[in-house]
Amino acid sequence: MDYERSERSAGSLTLPTAIKILVAGGFGVGKTTLVGAVSETRPLRTEEVLTESGVGIDDLSGVEGKNTTTVAMDFGRITISDDLVLYLFGTPGQDRFWFVWDELALGALGAVVLADTRRLADCFPSIDYFEGRGTPFVVAVNCFEGSRRYKLDEVQAALNLDPDVPVLLCDARQRQSGKEVLITLLEHAMKAREARRSG
Amino acid sequence: MTVSGESAEERWVDDHAGPVVRPYAVTRGRARPVAGKFDLISLVTATRTEPGPEMGLGPEHLAIVGLCQRALSVAEVAAHLDLPVGTIRVLLGDLVARDMVRVREPYAVHGLPDDSVFEAVINGLRAL
Repeated sequence: MDYERSERSAGSLTLPTAIKILVAGGFGVGKTTLVGAVSETRPLRTEEVLTESGVGIDDLSGVEGKNTTTVAMDFGRITISDDLVLYLFGTPGQDRFWFVWDELALGALGAVVLADTRRLADCFPSIDYFEGRGTPFVVAVNCFEGSRRYKLDEVQAALNLDPDVPVLLCDARQRQSGKEVLITLLEHAMKAREARRSG
Repeated sequence: MTVSGESAEERWVDDHAGPVVRPYAVTRGRARPVAGKFDLISLVTATRTEPGPEMGLGPEHLAIVGLCQRALSVAEVAAHLDLPVGTIRVLLGDLVARDMVRVREPYAVHGLPDDSVFEAVINGLRAL
């Protein structure tokens, strides 16, 4: 066994560590578009096969029955440095998959809630979820062509957000815009930690 | 190699098998990994470049070793092999038990990282 251990591939002695940010919001709001715009490769899709109870994500016994369902998640990767990799996960939209959100939200640095002003209510469940969980988040209003431009404070009021929660406009297709959203989130998350420590 | 096991697999995985039977066959019916608990973003790195002849390993195991010459997350491995994450966890357990891959748990496991990590990510994003 010792011989085999010495056969390690180059560079594997310093293993990188991963972190993640979630991208949430209603169906068709541009989550995967945003993930793709800032990631180093096109978005990937991963699937979990779940049993109907929802608890046994990994329980495939009795799989020949029909009580399994598949949850798909789109995600992307940004290699920050040799020892740090950032993953962006689009949350599955359906409300009945909250337990998947719990797994995703565990240890996330924060979340981006994408909003479409034509269907603002679609992002309410995401906001409720992150507020309830204490996960730092920002609201990024994706500027679809043809949608009326609302003032950001109007959006903030309509969503009944805590005044500390950043609200910003973005174009989910643009890398630069997506980067700004992520940086705003991380700065907000750091401030929220600081406030929690001193308060 | 378990020849009988392979032929059993071939019997199951035909055009009509659908998306559930294949993962079930790949893990030979096992639902849980023999070793390890794999987060979606646990990073997997192969410990060797050539898997070599190993008893009881299937083509999917060898594909993982090939993919993970650079560190990939569990989610990436699943996406590249087009298999559900639960299936990949079982296969990774086999590989960890044989010391063929090493797994780095994400920060999430030990609570949130300190401010230096946030700063490193912000600087990294600015530099993109």
